[in-house]
Amino acid sequence: MNLAIKDISYNIGRFVLTAVGIGMLLMVVMGMGGIYRGVVEDATLLIDRLDADLWVVQRSTRGPFAEISRVPAKLSDRALAVPGVRVAREFVYHTIQRQDGDRVLRMAVLGLSWPTDKGDWIPLVEGRPLGQSRFELIADQTLKLPLGRQIEIGNEVYQVVGISRGMISSAGDGIAFLSSADALAVQFDVPGEAVRLERAARESRGRLFDVAIQQPALLENATRQSGQLPAIARPSISSVLVTLEHPSDAKAVAEVIGGWTDVTVYTADEQRNLLLKGSVEKVRSQIGLFRILLTIIATIIMALILYTLTLDKLHSIALLKLIGASNTVLLGLILQQALILGASGFAIAYVVGQQIFPKFPRRVIITSEDLIQLAAIVFVISIASSGLGVWKAMVVSPNEALA
Amino acid sequence: MSTPMPADDPSAKIAIKAESLTKIYGAGNTEVVAMRDASMTVMAGEVVALLGPSGSGKSTFLTAVGLINPPTSGKIYIANQLIMDGPKALTNLRSFRRKHLGFVFQKSNLIPFLKAGENVQIACELNGLSSRQARIRALELLDYLGIKDRSQSYPSMLSGGQQQRVAVARALANRPSVILADEPTAALDSFRGRQVMELFTKVAHEQGTSVIVVTHDHRSLDVFDTLYEMEDGKLTQKTKEPLAVAH
Repeated sequence: MNLAIKDISYNIGRFVLTAVGIGMLLMVVMGMGGIYRGVVEDATLLIDRLDADLWVVQRSTRGPFAEISRVPAKLSDRALAVPGVRVAREFVYHTIQRQDGDRVLRMAVLGLSWPTDKGDWIPLVEGRPLGQSRFELIADQTLKLPLGRQIEIGNEVYQVVGISRGMISSAGDGIAFLSSADALAVQFDVPGEAVRLERAARESRGRLFDVAIQQPALLENATRQSGQLPAIARPSISSVLVTLEHPSDAKAVAEVIGGWTDVTVYTADEQRNLLLKGSVEKVRSQIGLFRILLTIIATIIMALILYTLTLDKLHSIALLKLIGASNTVLLGLILQQALILGASGFAIAYVVGQQIFPKFPRRVIITSEDLIQLAAIVFVISIASSGLGVWKAMVVSPNEALA
Repeated sequence: MSTPMPADDPSAKIAIKAESLTKIYGAGNTEVVAMRDASMTVMAGEVVALLGPSGSGKSTFLTAVGLINPPTSGKIYIANQLIMDGPKALTNLRSFRRKHLGFVFQKSNLIPFLKAGENVQIACELNGLSSRQARIRALELLDYLGIKDRSQSYPSMLSGGQQQRVAVARALANRPSVILADEPTAALDSFRGRQVMELFTKVAHEQGTSVIVVTHDHRSLDVFDTLYEMEDGKLTQKTKEPLAVAH
């Protein structure tokens, strides 16, 4: 006869309530682990999906994710000329926050190096990759922009031609994919009045130069568009992504490009580590510590619950001792209840978590490894927390049955 | 290994023998002598009543011979074996209790989360019977005590008398040498109290189990074979008076 099952069956209501309570607690522990996984996954998602062998960024920076990086747009042509480089793509990346009707629309803008990169690698749930060099975008479904929607950003109107899934920035914002030209236009968009003021300022500065005094017609150039002025460079991009003919050549090619004095080169793994050790590290530590704290709290609460359950049965335990039950029988009763409680709590945490976690604003990723790890933790804390109850059961005298 | 009872003792049928049991609680100024030099011999199949006012030491004696509360000095023999020599146990008491002693208490003291049949069954299982054998034995006992139809009821669904019958069945589960009962009828009305006392007599005479009953209930003394009285920790055997027959 299994005494643990018998006791649980008799007090099924109390057991269910207790299991639900422990389940909720374990769900929070599970969720914290899932949030951490989500943060890491979101942070490294782009690096993994872009699948570049080398990242060429501004000299001495750790950009473009850890900090701002600016490199000349023409850097991709220079990189492409290096032996062993198959593709060099412009990479533009920044975050914007705009008003979209009643809601705040916050998105990470990623520029695709048109026509080399049309976004064929982006996982789409609807629509298609970019079909032209300008005024189209692919929006992640978290941005809640329907297919075909036209959205005004700055001075231009962009049409949503594709809806992606799971494309999130390290900050948790949905990504909008535009051509790099459009991404730069969005990044460096300035209001008309600011353009007029800048042109006026150019003209004003030009009047101070001797050449302008001698040739006043030159000042007419000051009011022309920036792109038409040879003295003003194209806007900078964030970095250049290099894909090699043979990934095994990464070290050699990195040495060549790294020799240029205006850039720094990272491999994909180095870029991932930079990201994880930079912005994600503190979040990881914070969540990790919080998770440890929650685990300790769960252990203490489980210990209290199991101790109380043992106290409730103390008279029965004394009685069992009186009629000759061995310590193994009593140990089995308490340990089995602890394990059943832990297992039920774990199952409840998993089932409820599966329903609740997808509704979180950021991704909560529960991996098999994390589930196994948490199951092991629950197993250990179930045994550890039953220690107090076991101790109480061992010291109770059969005399108590007569009280 | 326990020591056998002395060979010169004509004790083939002695179920339990207590020799000069003394129990002292505390020490020095706080010393209390709960039981002094108490001796009792109970034969197999004998039903013994232990009388006495509250606080006289009856329960102390019962728990001492029940191997729950060891005496300060004295010897206890059960089933022809010396089990306690003073406070020193000469065998594994819990295991010995399980095989040789049965207990019935003032309140039924059934395990609340087990059904009536399971309360008996668990005692059999603890003694090594398989689950199936234990279930059969439990139903036999409940049938014997006239309560088989309530085997699937939880203790809370049984009357006081029914609970005590289940408790008696549990006490009998492992065919003990001795049943020790501590005021088993205290929570029952006189009719049901007498039924329980008669049950002990039935069990003792039919199965050869000795029964020691601590009781205040003087209305049922006629069912006992032997009477003892405890007063201020001293145990004396009483002469059993013939029943007055009412006309």
